Amino acid sequence: MSGWQTLTGSAITLPEANIDTDQLIPARFMSQPRSAGYGGFLLYDARQANPDHPLDRYAAKVLVAGRNFGSGSSREAAVYALVDYGIRAVFAPSFGDIFAGNAVNNGLLTAQIDDDVAAFLVATMAGNAAAAQIDLGTGRATIAGQDIGFDLDPVRRQKLINGWDDIDMTAQYSDQITTFRAAHFAAHPWAMPAT
Amino acid sequence: MTLARSLMDKLWDAHEVLRRADGTSLLWVDRHLVHEGSHHGFAKLAARNMALAAPELTFGVVDHYAPTRAGDVAPDIRRMIQTLGDNARAAGIRLFDLHDPEQGIVHVIGPEQGLTLPGLLINCGDSHTSTHGAFGALAFGVGATEVTHILATQTVWQKRPKTLQITFDGALGAGVTAKDMALHWIAALGADGAQGFAVEYAGAAVRALSMEGRMTLCNLSIEGGARMGMIAPDDVTFAYLKGRPFAPVGAAWDAAVADWRQLHSDGDAVFDRHVSIDASTIAPTVTWGTSPEDALPITGHVPRADGGKDIGATLDYMGLDAGMALTQIAIDQVFIGSCTNGRIEDLRMAAKVLAGRQAVVPGLVSPGSALVKKQAEDEGLAQIFVQAGLEWAGAGCSMCVGMNGDLVDAGKRCASSTNRNFKGRQGRGARTHLMSPAMVAAAALTGHLTDVRPLLEGRI
Repeated sequence: MSGWQTLTGSAITLPEANIDTDQLIPARFMSQPRSAGYGGFLLYDARQANPDHPLDRYAAKVLVAGRNFGSGSSREAAVYALVDYGIRAVFAPSFGDIFAGNAVNNGLLTAQIDDDVAAFLVATMAGNAAAAQIDLGTGRATIAGQDIGFDLDPVRRQKLINGWDDIDMTAQYSDQITTFRAAHFAAHPWAMPAT
Repeated sequence: MTLARSLMDKLWDAHEVLRRADGTSLLWVDRHLVHEGSHHGFAKLAARNMALAAPELTFGVVDHYAPTRAGDVAPDIRRMIQTLGDNARAAGIRLFDLHDPEQGIVHVIGPEQGLTLPGLLINCGDSHTSTHGAFGALAFGVGATEVTHILATQTVWQKRPKTLQITFDGALGAGVTAKDMALHWIAALGADGAQGFAVEYAGAAVRALSMEGRMTLCNLSIEGGARMGMIAPDDVTFAYLKGRPFAPVGAAWDAAVADWRQLHSDGDAVFDRHVSIDASTIAPTVTWGTSPEDALPITGHVPRADGGKDIGATLDYMGLDAGMALTQIAIDQVFIGSCTNGRIEDLRMAAKVLAGRQAVVPGLVSPGSALVKKQAEDEGLAQIFVQAGLEWAGAGCSMCVGMNGDLVDAGKRCASSTNRNFKGRQGRGARTHLMSPAMVAAAALTGHLTDVRPLLEGRI
């Protein structure tokens, strides 16, 4: 996965709270292999119900969303749907914990902003797209002409910028893992499955 | 002097291989549970030409796509089950396959088989992995990239969460269950109220719960935003586990119990946040909206407004009018099952309500595992469900998530013992009301949401 530091593109708003992973990708699409491309599954039912859905009116790279975005299941397919559609960043007051972890593993920024900032952007953009620029290095973005600071865990910031792969990173610790394993099961022999 | 530690601290410290300068820990994983949905993880591993680091600690389970009724199985469902089988056999891991007598939902059979033990770190590519914390384990759901990492290294990178202790003092009223405790705290704190926290449940009402009840409570931690929930193990825990197939035996069992008795928060442990709830004030609780936080006592009314939240779209989706009594909500069908409420105690409670009575709407009962199914049949519970007019099905995730084809039709309303009332969760356009198995049974008898307590008089 390649990293990124700056991004320019269109932002749209999805102001509802609790846009969960079941909405982001309904379960019936999850038997597809990733090679099928998941972008068409993104918010499938909401887009079917609304032919004028902003995801179909604009080619957005940035979402401004309500609180608790990505709550619910651990399905990384929700992130695949966003990324395959072309979304690279979501700004929201809060995110599902597992979703946010999955996002960073796929180069998707989950930028935490205050409730009033989200509400201001939703009101300013009034359902339309707006220009967005993001700089991970400074932790600031410009959306619809507004300069916005956002919170991002420093570890996740580094991962996004460098495009780090965890398995590659862990390989350097393989000796420590081997040593730990031996000591762990020596101290807690009951931790091995009995049969 | 050693520093006072919480249960979470003790579990974390026992699994920390190392901590990077940036504060992220590399944790050792004692059990990795995989299911049909783990196909992305196996595919990523194959793409890197890597093998499993610890097949003896990895267990496969067919649950999400498991057919629960007789008849033809759709090709894509059959393919998902086949793919897990192929991956499990190639990796040399123990598989609880579709027709295995011990098959079931991963969060039901892990404990049932004694794969889940106090003091273990347990991961699974499923958010309800928090269930296993009921045993005093560090258990949390992970995504596909993390599944791949665990398959490859038997470790997982995590940042230590903050700690939240939720204390339930006093005693629950008759007919009030762990499900009601969970919906109660989630409604109070919000569906993101515990984000970034590990929850430890404590207090007299938690100690009084059976293991089934504790699993229900921990299972729903994620619906309040917490990736993990946990309860300190005690004699109830040990009695549940003793003699389970994968649990330690003999001297190893005694050594294990001695270790497990240390797994509790020290008396002076400090939590980042504490919430105290009087259990006696909790009523049977139901959801009216499309988030688990949209929960109210059955004696309440559909709200007209919910703080700053716009509930118009929610009421439209749910087909409800603001201000109507919750007991006026008519249902089309019921479902009893899932990793939240598909265990033997759940079925016993529902059967107590249904015995000798007739449901007025159709419904499906899917036990959490093949062993729960057999036990329910041996105890005569299955017969009670069938005589009440409900369908008795096989074990799996079934109508909680609809992946196996057990769906609620668009516009239909289901009283459900499951964990998520999300839009489209039980099927496109389906309307879900979450509640305890006893409350589902009550709704089946009357055709609308109903306070189960009068129906249980003289029966518990």
